Amino acid sequence: MDVTALTFMALALPFAAALVAPGLTRFLGQNAAWVLALAPAAIFLHFFRFVPEVASGESLTGGYAWIPSFNVSFSWLIDGLSLTFVLLISGIGALIVLYSGGYLKGHPQQGRFFCFILMFMGSMQGLVVADSFLMLFVFWELTSITSFLLIGFDHGREAARRAALQALVVTGGGGLLLLAGLLILWNVSGVTQLSLLLSFGSELKESPFYLAALLLVLGGAFTKSAQFPFHFWLPNAMEAPTPVSAYLHSATMVKAGVYLLMRLNPVLGGTPEWQLFLSLFGVATLVIGAALAVRESDLKLMLAYTTMASLGLLVMLIGLGSPHAIEAAALYLVAHALFKGALFMVAGILDHETGSRDLSHLGGLRSTMPLTFSVALAAALSMGGLPPFFGFLAKEELYSAFTATDLRSALFATLTVLGNALMFAVAFAVALKPFLGPRVSTPKHAHEGPLLLWIGPAVLALKGLSIALMSGFAHRLISSPTASAIAGEPRTVEISLAPHLGLPLVLSALTVALGLAFYVNLARLRAAMKAILIDIGWGPDRGFDQFMRGLVRFAVAVTRRLQGGRFEVYMTATFALVAFILLAVPLRYGEFPRAPFFSADVPAHELAIMAIAVGGLFAVVVAADRLTAIVSLGIQGFAVAVIYLLYGAPDLSFTQLMVETLSVVVLALVMTRLQLSPADHRPLPEKLRDVAIALACGLGFGLFLLRVTAVPFDRTLTEFFNLYSKSVAHGANVVNVIIVDFRATDTLGEIAVVMITGLAILALVRLRAGSLKRAVAPELSTDESAMEERV
Amino acid sequence: MEAWFALLVGIFFTVAVYLLLSKFIIRVLLGVAILGNAVNLLIFAGGRLTRDVPPIIPDGAEALVAPAANALPQALILTAIVISFSFFAFLLVLSWRAYKDLATDNTDEMRVAEPVDEPVPPLGY
Amino acid sequence: MKSVIFRTVAPVLTSLMALFSIFVLLRGHNEPGGGFIGGLIAVSALAIYGMAYGVETVRRAIFFHPMAIAGAGLLAATLAGLISIFARVPFMTGLWIYPAILGLEVPLSTVLLFDAGVYLVVVGAIGSIALSLEERGGE
Repeated sequence: MDVTALTFMALALPFAAALVAPGLTRFLGQNAAWVLALAPAAIFLHFFRFVPEVASGESLTGGYAWIPSFNVSFSWLIDGLSLTFVLLISGIGALIVLYSGGYLKGHPQQGRFFCFILMFMGSMQGLVVADSFLMLFVFWELTSITSFLLIGFDHGREAARRAALQALVVTGGGGLLLLAGLLILWNVSGVTQLSLLLSFGSELKESPFYLAALLLVLGGAFTKSAQFPFHFWLPNAMEAPTPVSAYLHSATMVKAGVYLLMRLNPVLGGTPEWQLFLSLFGVATLVIGAALAVRESDLKLMLAYTTMASLGLLVMLIGLGSPHAIEAAALYLVAHALFKGALFMVAGILDHETGSRDLSHLGGLRSTMPLTFSVALAAALSMGGLPPFFGFLAKEELYSAFTATDLRSALFATLTVLGNALMFAVAFAVALKPFLGPRVSTPKHAHEGPLLLWIGPAVLALKGLSIALMSGFAHRLISSPTASAIAGEPRTVEISLAPHLGLPLVLSALTVALGLAFYVNLARLRAAMKAILIDIGWGPDRGFDQFMRGLVRFAVAVTRRLQGGRFEVYMTATFALVAFILLAVPLRYGEFPRAPFFSADVPAHELAIMAIAVGGLFAVVVAADRLTAIVSLGIQGFAVAVIYLLYGAPDLSFTQLMVETLSVVVLALVMTRLQLSPADHRPLPEKLRDVAIALACGLGFGLFLLRVTAVPFDRTLTEFFNLYSKSVAHGANVVNVIIVDFRATDTLGEIAVVMITGLAILALVRLRAGSLKRAVAPELSTDESAMEERV
Repeated sequence: MEAWFALLVGIFFTVAVYLLLSKFIIRVLLGVAILGNAVNLLIFAGGRLTRDVPPIIPDGAEALVAPAANALPQALILTAIVISFSFFAFLLVLSWRAYKDLATDNTDEMRVAEPVDEPVPPLGY
Repeated sequence: MKSVIFRTVAPVLTSLMALFSIFVLLRGHNEPGGGFIGGLIAVSALAIYGMAYGVETVRRAIFFHPMAIAGAGLLAATLAGLISIFARVPFMTGLWIYPAILGLEVPLSTVLLFDAGVYLVVVGAIGSIALSLEERGGE
């Protein structure tokens, strides 16, 4: 098979696996994980084949036409950036599937969980390889939707439902901003594919729509990547089962925003606006996220806030945009996915095996869970940026970006050191506190987790070590192509574990020293942070609640205003509007007909019939008893039938005649039972208002008809039917031929409507008395209504 | 001729709308029946009026070439008559049931679907 | 409606109207008439018979439930449209055959089947409405 078909199958594979996951889990239980993990593993291998090609500086595109008439294609772009992402997604994905097998072992809905997480994997993978804008947007929203399903997996709890909805509203709303941004980019550039967009030079940046497009794209990226002040959904998303937190909310989905910024950096980046927004929001998110992480004692929440801080760091680096910053972003992206995924899974193992993930309830587990401890330590060393781990390389490269000596650089360096030191403290708090110190009794009897649980974090932690040790190899294959794709020009990452003296090493040492100080004083720091937050008292998280409640109240108020439940108001509004349109539009455009000419040569019998119709109408209006009303209604109907006959429409005339007869019959049948008077007992002002509206409507329709008949008549259709009724459809009665042949599909729909009303009436007639009341007040249901016989 | 028809259609609409605006179901029902005729007449006259000659192709001829009434609006109205009758009957039965169950013919008092004191929907998640 | 004259005339009137309705249906393609009108005439016939002898008698006389008749009509009309699939022409294309029955050339067509479907739907649905209302009228 050719590469295009294979790649398409690789993109579709997670969805296929999601389809079979529930059934497979029913047969194999948690061991279905081993089978299902083959899907991401196969995808990983498929994309790994592209590594040499991409490392040599090529980017591959391919795909199929989707909606050719709209120039929309299902196409992908594989360069250093998307390849790195897709390898992370499929590689970590395989480990996460295994981990889920152990973590949700015996859960009644494990199959559903596999289904959701594989669907997410497919969406995320589609998002990062998408070439066409539409595909990018569709997969972007799909990741929001699947993340909604995963966060709300434990939907019995209100907290989970709230978190799921919150994530959906924030990231889905951001997705809509992104769509608007993409549409502007399309409009300005005229292309719908990223690969073509990337070949644009500075034209986009000089466009008057640049700022609008930038703000909209940033709206999408910042909400997805949990930048301050849109960060609040991320810690709440920790309601999801831990595999989800490890996968979506550290390694993959939250990086989608970062991916988008990296992807668009060559065409949108480098401008003062770009640098300002990204570096400011990024550094703010870094410091605030790290500070909030310190406040928590729940392992998952601590990690969630450091994830937020790391995302801020990445956004800041993209914003700074210097060669070292871009290279650092490429390194940190991979390093973070490895160590944060591992740490989340460690937190999950602790939770799973001890029953608690709160730091104050954990301690002294090093001897019972040695394997977990060593994995946690390896990941924390990488997160803290200590050699010989990958995180160290990322941090050295990062600090190389601050070698300039101006004030701005110094400010960013200070804040970054602060944020990193806080993260350092949190990393070691997560990795050391549960394992060191005196043994604390836990809700469950603690023991080492099974193979399915620790294999994932162990592989990730080892990867973090091996990449650092073979940095030259890794840089050539992964880091340099990634950095080149972000920068939009060839870049070579050279950093290695070999010590290189200079400012970066000093900053690194400073970070470690400061981090150690924070670690020692963590309890005091936590208390201080809590006090500050209580003093502030309000946050975007509470704002979200207020917003949602306000939305419901606003909707209720609007609905009550527009839909008050009074039939009379609806009717008055409708017909007042009809009259307004009929009269105001011709007035505005000077389209009133000429004064009507009531020709006198109309045969007297025609005028007489019209007079009878009008007489019938007025008799209906003023009728005081049922019989008069029914008979008058019949009179106007029969008069209309005669009018049809006079004007060459015998078919209509007969139909009208039959219908009027039946109308009179059924009306008489029902009205004799209603015991109701058709007389109008309303006060005069109300009647006068109605008369005014009715007269306006009547006048409007009369003028409308006059205006229509004053226009020359287009006989094309009529001629067509007259010509072909006999020769094509073998029928002489043109009306009937139209009904049963030329427009037979319409008629089919119409007789279906007649049939359905027949059924509805039958149901209404058979309905037992009092059922409407019962719908409102169930306690009113009485025995007498049950006595009502069935028709 | 068109002027007379415009007058007639105008009166039909006036009466139909006036009846629809009154809040008693019987009058609304009568209004609906008349509104159907009003709309049909509007379409009929909009397709231009021709006296006496129905659109039927005479024996031996292959096409209708002589002036005759416009067949298209007639085909539209024919099905419209039948459908408006079914809806009229539906509305009739609905009003009858509503009257039987709610013991009122005043639409202001028919508040089953949209009660006056409807509570605010739940504000939680 | 229990007058002797009415009860004597009703059966004759009903059978004449039923026959007439079928005549109107069949001639509809070339003269004024067709499924809608024919169906309405048949419904009137049923209504008259019901007034004279009670709805139960009518229900027994037509044997099928009116809505079943309507359903059969809708099915016939849909099938009339689907037959065109076998001739590889678009949905609802009219097809004609002229078999000689007893030496007489009889034009048969999907269009006729469709019109008969319309007739049955009108008879069934509107007849059902009229009958169920009449039934309740006796309460």
